[in-house]
Amino acid sequence: MSRTILAFALAGSLLGLTAIGSQPVAAQEHESPVPPRQTWSFAGPFGTFDRGQLQRGFKVYREVCSVCHGLKYVAFRNLEALGYSEAQVKTIAAEFKVTDGPNDQGEMFERPGRPADRFPAPWPNENAARARYNAVPPDMSVLAKARSYERGFPWFIFDIFTQFQEQGPDYIHALMVGYKAKAPEGFALPPGSYYNEYFPGHTIAMPPPLSDKQVDYTDGSPTTVDQYAKDVAAFLVWAAEPHMEQRKRIGFQVMIFLLIFAGLLYFTKKKVWADAH
Amino acid sequence: MSGHSAYQPQSAFMKWMERRLPIAGLVHSSFVAYPTPRNLNYWWTFGGILSFLLGAQIITGIILVMHYTPQADMAFDSVEHIMRDVNYGWLLRYLHANGASMFFVAVYIHIVRGMYYGSYKEPREVLWILGVILYLLMMATGFLGYTLPWGQMSFWGATVITNFFSAIPVVGESVVTWLWGGYGVGNPTLQRFFSLHYLLPFVIAGVVVLHVWALHVVGQNNPTGVEPKTEKDTVAFTPYATAKDSFMMVCFCVVFAWFVFYVPNYLGHADNYIPANPAVTPNHIVPEWYYLPFYAILRAIPNKLMGVIALFGSIGILAFLPWLDTSKVRSANYRPLYRQFFWIFVAVCLGLGYLGSKPPEGGYVLAARILTFYYFAHFLIILPVLGLVERTKPLPNSISESILASKRAAN
Repeated sequence: MSRTILAFALAGSLLGLTAIGSQPVAAQEHESPVPPRQTWSFAGPFGTFDRGQLQRGFKVYREVCSVCHGLKYVAFRNLEALGYSEAQVKTIAAEFKVTDGPNDQGEMFERPGRPADRFPAPWPNENAARARYNAVPPDMSVLAKARSYERGFPWFIFDIFTQFQEQGPDYIHALMVGYKAKAPEGFALPPGSYYNEYFPGHTIAMPPPLSDKQVDYTDGSPTTVDQYAKDVAAFLVWAAEPHMEQRKRIGFQVMIFLLIFAGLLYFTKKKVWADAH
Repeated sequence: MSGHSAYQPQSAFMKWMERRLPIAGLVHSSFVAYPTPRNLNYWWTFGGILSFLLGAQIITGIILVMHYTPQADMAFDSVEHIMRDVNYGWLLRYLHANGASMFFVAVYIHIVRGMYYGSYKEPREVLWILGVILYLLMMATGFLGYTLPWGQMSFWGATVITNFFSAIPVVGESVVTWLWGGYGVGNPTLQRFFSLHYLLPFVIAGVVVLHVWALHVVGQNNPTGVEPKTEKDTVAFTPYATAKDSFMMVCFCVVFAWFVFYVPNYLGHADNYIPANPAVTPNHIVPEWYYLPFYAILRAIPNKLMGVIALFGSIGILAFLPWLDTSKVRSANYRPLYRQFFWIFVAVCLGLGYLGSKPPEGGYVLAARILTFYYFAHFLIILPVLGLVERTKPLPNSISESILASKRAAN
């Protein structure tokens, strides 16, 4: 016992100042609030995409986001995963203009999209985008995995077990609903930018993109900014991780196999060692 | 330890072969008849797990290379191509990325087990030093590999780490330019990092052979730290150790599969899904989780050169552990005082890891300085002194005696 006390006393004296040292760091100016948790059909070990939601989200992307944001890693053929038929995908693809070429005369030409094409870029190059929008709108193919927020201790440990990994869509949803008509008093908002509660630094070049009743839904879902934001965030999760359902399904099979295999090996080991003790 | 091979070739072909290349005899004496202490616990199964992971990383890596393009303008795109269009490409990439993390989980357990049971002590010093070299090679390989997707963290992580070398007086800047192959991290850097990332795993495999060779010369340590004396103290590697290792390996795979299939991006960083952009610095550059304690040590020192020296010193000091620990008793089971300090040391390393993930400001810096001091004090002050002043518990006469004693206590 006295040894334990000695060890802890020694270590304690070396560490003693740590407690003073680890006082919470002064909150950074204009700290962003944590995006509120949303309910997602694709969360958890058996999560699957809601096809209706993905189609609605795609509609929002197509009618609103795609004006400025590309989706360059997604091909039209991939849209079959949203529940569209081959013929529907062909029709959707044909509604986009794709640059092809050079042809026999050495000229580039435009033609209607085909299922094998990827979504065409909304602007010819980054400088053109900057000239037009005062910023380069990020490509949205992997956006849902490229955005996150810090979970902090001890939540980041629980997340391993609860499999919470929907920070990306939570943030995208929060960003869509997080615009404020007026910046808080004392906040110097540069001209041509907007105030958003959840955007890091709060100054965002993108004007509020969504408004109620902007996109028509045919399935009776509410046509509100909140619903649009959820649907487009779900669509972006699919775009970023198109094989998620397959991954979780195989994962479950792998887990069952490994657990049975481990059980068999445990009894094998017991049998082998029975005569050694 | 392994002595003469007891291998008796059965078939005519194997007899013919054995007289010309006794490879079957070598395998038999190393992995079948090899005597292993009978009291090894499950912490001794991580060597096998590490060998499995090295093999898995090499196989998934070789297949990934068939689809990956090591070119600054195409690397990010080719990784997305793997994730979307290559059959089971997402599985290969997630296995490889999470496999690296699992490799470090296993190696940290392996190292900490060696520290607890004094596995580095005479006559296992060379075995231990080879292990430290393996760990260094792993760190280099992991860092190089993290650069390859060419995301924001890849790019800026590579920038920060290579900048360490600019701390070298006089020639620092030239060394960094030489490493980069230019005046900044760019395509030449990516291409050489890719080349080295492909090379180093085979160097690791070579050093693993030396590590296992050294192990088979001196024999395994065991939880008592008392060397096997008679045949009663050991069991044959096969089937005893093989059965135990296989069970634990599959248990480890459950954890591995959990990350790969359910939270594949948990151990990564969201910023690495943003393509590398030299014009935009991320708010907060953090390395992979397995480097965080050393990153905390680096940033705890206000002077850049001293910080880099402390960083490398914190790993290099491990090589001197066999001589810094002055105690004659190996296992912490018989060293009550060392056991307390051992767990404090583990907690300090975890604390440094946490601080490494935090911005270097305010109280975090002070905390990192104190823990850094403690980290070095553990090796340079506590261990040498402890060996001289500590009163250890009496050691059992043999392994079998200690097993009998614990059985009696259990009944």
